[in-house]
Amino acid sequence: MKRRYLAVSAESNEPIQGKEVLDAVRNALTQLFGEYGASQAELALIRNNKQKHYFVLRCSRRALPMVRASTASLTEVNEKPAVIHVLRVSGTLKALRKKTVSAKLT
Amino acid sequence: MRRFADLHLKPSLEDLGQVRRMIIKSAELGFQIVGLSLPSKIGIGEVGRWGKICGDAGVELISRVDLAPRGRRELLNDLRRLRRRFEIVNVYCTSKMVARQAAKDRRVDLLSFPAAKFPKVFFDRAEAELASSALACLEIDMQPLLSLRGFARIRLLSVLRREVAVAKRLKVPIVFSSGATDMRFLRKPQDFASLGMLFDVGLPLALDALSETPLRIVKRNRQKLSPDYVASGVRVVRRRDCCLNE
Repeated sequence: MKRRYLAVSAESNEPIQGKEVLDAVRNALTQLFGEYGASQAELALIRNNKQKHYFVLRCSRRALPMVRASTASLTEVNEKPAVIHVLRVSGTLKALRKKTVSAKLT
Repeated sequence: MRRFADLHLKPSLEDLGQVRRMIIKSAELGFQIVGLSLPSKIGIGEVGRWGKICGDAGVELISRVDLAPRGRRELLNDLRRLRRRFEIVNVYCTSKMVARQAAKDRRVDLLSFPAAKFPKVFFDRAEAELASSALACLEIDMQPLLSLRGFARIRLLSVLRREVAVAKRLKVPIVFSSGATDMRFLRKPQDFASLGMLFDVGLPLALDALSETPLRIVKRNRQKLSPDYVASGVRVVRRRDCCLNE
C-alpha cells in the first residue's frame, strides 16, 4: 500500500505531545468522515521531534486529502487551543526530512 | 508559482496589535494579498496606515467593504456611495430581494450567504444565473466551518454543498476566504483548499478559489479604479499636458 508522510507543527501556548496531535487528528477524521473514512486513513505517529517542534504522521496515500482536511479543521488539541499546520508531505521519510529542513532554513 | 489571496480578514480594527499579528501570520502562511474588512466611513489616511502595516509584513492590502443592506434601495445607495472607495465590495445577502439585486449588479464583486438564513435565503439557481451574466462571485468563508461543531456544521456543509453545485453548474466563480476574526482561524492556502473537499470542491478548483479567481477580481477592480479607466475595454493611453492650455 502506498503511504504518505506529513510533517506537521502544532501552534499553541501550551506544550503539545505528538500523541495528543495524533488523537486530535483521529477524532477529527472520525467526526468528518465517520469510522469508515478513519479506517481508510491508517493514521500513525512516526516521529515526535520536540526539539524542532514538528511531528511526523503517516497515512495511506488514498486518504491524504481527508487527513489534510481533518488536520486543517482542528482548533484545539486535548482541550488546549491549538492550530495544526501541515509543513510538508512526502512519499518517503528521507525526502520529507530534506524538504522540512530546507523549508525551516528558508 | 501561484500567488494566494485571502480576501477576508475581519479582526477587530480597534486592536491594532491583533490586526498586525494576523497580517504577519497570513504572510507567513503563504498569502501574498490580504483583504481587510474596513468600515464604510474609513478615511483614506487610515487605509494608508493599514497598507503600510501590510507592506512591512510583505503582503499587499486590499480594501474591502462588507455591505449588509436590508433592502434593494439601501443596497443601490450603498453601492453608489462606496464602490469607488473600496477595491472589493461584498454583499451579505440577508433577503431574496437583496440577493437578486446584488447578483445582477456589476458593481458587486462577492456574494455571501449566511448559513443561518437557509432555507429562506441561499444561493439558488436564479441568483446564479444573474451572477454568471454579471461579475459577482460566490464567497465561502472558512471560519464557520472551523468554529461550528456537531449538527450546526453538518447543516452548514449541506448548505455549502448545495450552493457549490449550483455555482459549478452555472459557472459562477467561487472564492474561498478565511473570514478569520482571530489567529486560530488562519490556515495555509493548501489547508483551506483541502477543506473544500468537505463540500465537493476538488483540489484544482479550490486552489483557483484561493488564487486565480480573487487575483482576477483584484486586477479588474484596480484597473477600474485607475484614473485612466474610461469604460470596459477603453482606457486613456496618453494625455497631452498642453491640451488644457490651448
